[in-house]
Amino acid sequence: MILLRILIRNAFRNRLRTGLTILGITIAILAFGLLRTVVSAWYAGVAASSATRLVTRNAVSLIFPLPLAYKDKIRQVDGVSHVSWGNWFGGIYISEKNFFANFCVDPRSYLALYPEYILSDRDRKAFLSDRKGFIAGRKLADRFGWKPGDTVTLKGVIFPGNWDFVLRGVYRGRDRTIDETQFLFQWDYLNETVRQRYPSRADQVGFYMIGVASPERAADVAGSIDRLFKNSLAETLTETEKAFQLGFIAMTEAIVMAIQLVSIVIIVIIMAVVANTMAMTTRERIGDYAILKTLGFGGRQIALLIFGEALVITGIGAAIGMALTYPAARAFGSTLSNFFPVFNVARETLWLDLGAALVVAVAAAVIPTQRAIGIRIADGLRRIG
Amino acid sequence: MTTEAPAPIIDVQGVSKSYRRGELVVPVLHDITFTIAPGEFLSLMGPSGSGKSTLLNLVAGIDHVDGGRIIVEGVDITRLTETELARWRANSVGFIFQFYNLIPVLTALENVELPLHLSGLSRRARREHALTALDLVGLSHRLDHFPGQLSGGEQQRVAIARAVVTDPTVLVADEPTGDLDRVSAGEVLDMMARLNRELGKTIVMVTHDPRAAARAHLKRHLDKGVLSADDPSENPD
Ligand SMILES: Nc1ncnc2c1ncn2[C@@H]1O[C@H](COP(=O)(O)OP(=O)(O)OP(=O)(O)O)[C@@H](O)[C@H]1O
Ligand SMILES: [Mg+2]
Repeated sequence: MILLRILIRNAFRNRLRTGLTILGITIAILAFGLLRTVVSAWYAGVAASSATRLVTRNAVSLIFPLPLAYKDKIRQVDGVSHVSWGNWFGGIYISEKNFFANFCVDPRSYLALYPEYILSDRDRKAFLSDRKGFIAGRKLADRFGWKPGDTVTLKGVIFPGNWDFVLRGVYRGRDRTIDETQFLFQWDYLNETVRQRYPSRADQVGFYMIGVASPERAADVAGSIDRLFKNSLAETLTETEKAFQLGFIAMTEAIVMAIQLVSIVIIVIIMAVVANTMAMTTRERIGDYAILKTLGFGGRQIALLIFGEALVITGIGAAIGMALTYPAARAFGSTLSNFFPVFNVARETLWLDLGAALVVAVAAAVIPTQRAIGIRIADGLRRIG
Repeated sequence: MTTEAPAPIIDVQGVSKSYRRGELVVPVLHDITFTIAPGEFLSLMGPSGSGKSTLLNLVAGIDHVDGGRIIVEGVDITRLTETELARWRANSVGFIFQFYNLIPVLTALENVELPLHLSGLSRRARREHALTALDLVGLSHRLDHFPGQLSGGEQQRVAIARAVVTDPTVLVADEPTGDLDRVSAGEVLDMMARLNRELGKTIVMVTHDPRAAARAHLKRHLDKGVLSADDPSENPD
């Protein structure tokens, strides 16, 4: 089709202007994609949470513990398939800037409840049989160069003192959405040590992790558990893992909103830039459009030329931007792995990129098209010469 | 044989046209009436701003009259809708302008093929027609040149090829030699004369150039909205 040929050559008639516009679109799409990825990284824990798991904690606050004795009562609740428990440890490795999540769990029940953490049989055995053993996610072990058998010392904050652990296994995530930066050790080790040092704090659990038989039963089971401990010394609050994770990030919601807003502002700005380019190019081509109309071409064909040119320019910019999003996200993710254990470009982000590019192109072409179609041929021809 | 005049190919009846400039209404043409016989080569002269281009645009169907009728080949073009008029232009009129008005991003061949994209001809037929037209204007050796790589005279010849490639009955030309040197202008005029003589095209040409006007069979003069038969002795121009 001749119009296609015209619009593509038109797009590259002014190389500098087209090049700069494409560069702008590339940067905008790249920034947009990275910001969207930051947002989804923020929610990574939520996205990876399971619908068949519940978390039970002290109803007053997460910082108050629950008695270990609750585990047997919870196990008897109808619909409960697994019960595991753990404590947030919050230890510091050498210095505070090396932050990573570390907590202790009941290892056997925990690994059964979290099949997404994949551990070789050998590592699993080694971990279970060493009271002072710990396992680490692949990314965490890589970050500090830990090898199995290495001793790692954490400085306790909630539980003061220096704590030595021996790396007994490195787990992998089942897929890319799984956090590979965690540090997990045996709850029994913590409890025994606490019993010696601070006897009053022994046999206390930070949170229970509960598996239910099917997702439909989750709400019922949660209600049953909380009713069970109603009016006891430590009342419980049981919620789905997703709700639990959302509760964690609720306090940072304003930041997420701000990031989302900025990502939209970027698209609006690039829209203005492309609209300006299109306004300039179509003003230059008013004579061409007048000739085409003189020869009998109609408004629809003129519209195709202008929309097509806008689409070619934004399409190229968006394609480069999208391609660059991957390496940029990788670089970004590895520098920020302390904050974002999971930092992947979601397929959805690419669709959003495409959608944004399309909106930019169409918005930029509307007014120039109206103007080009609306002008009388005689006036258009008058502009030539 | 009787000497009954042939039916006119262009019949302009009582046409008037004015432009609006803000509040001001500027009358340009007032009650213009004339006819052109098939196969005629007419030149239209007159001072700048007298409305020559305006009249030509009306006859060629790229502008609208305020009043009156224009009948071309039996079709009253003042009654056509915008779409019908566009189709009519594509089929019936060839355009030649002072500044050639080629599409700068298309080669000579592509420019000449351009109007044929509205004709439903096959790709090969389009190409053959375009090659024939370019051959006619002596530019078979410049097919792949872009307008910017051609001289003014060559560009105008490409424009002539584009104007005739659809085989229209009427050609309109607005100062076709206005931007050319004498030699190129002569070539272009020769070509137009040939199109008129050999292919029977009816030509309406606006010009300031008496040498160009001299090539036409009929000269008309437009001044202050009034059309008159041109008398060269009175208007040495
Ligand atoms: N679109 C327009 N809006 C307002 N006035 C116009 C418009 N087009 C033409 N005119 C006016 O109409 C008059 C006739 O213009 P036209 O272009 O037909 O003259 P012309 O005889 O072709 O002149 P020239 O020899 O300089 O080409 C001029 O006064 C011009 O300023
Ligand atoms: Mg004029």
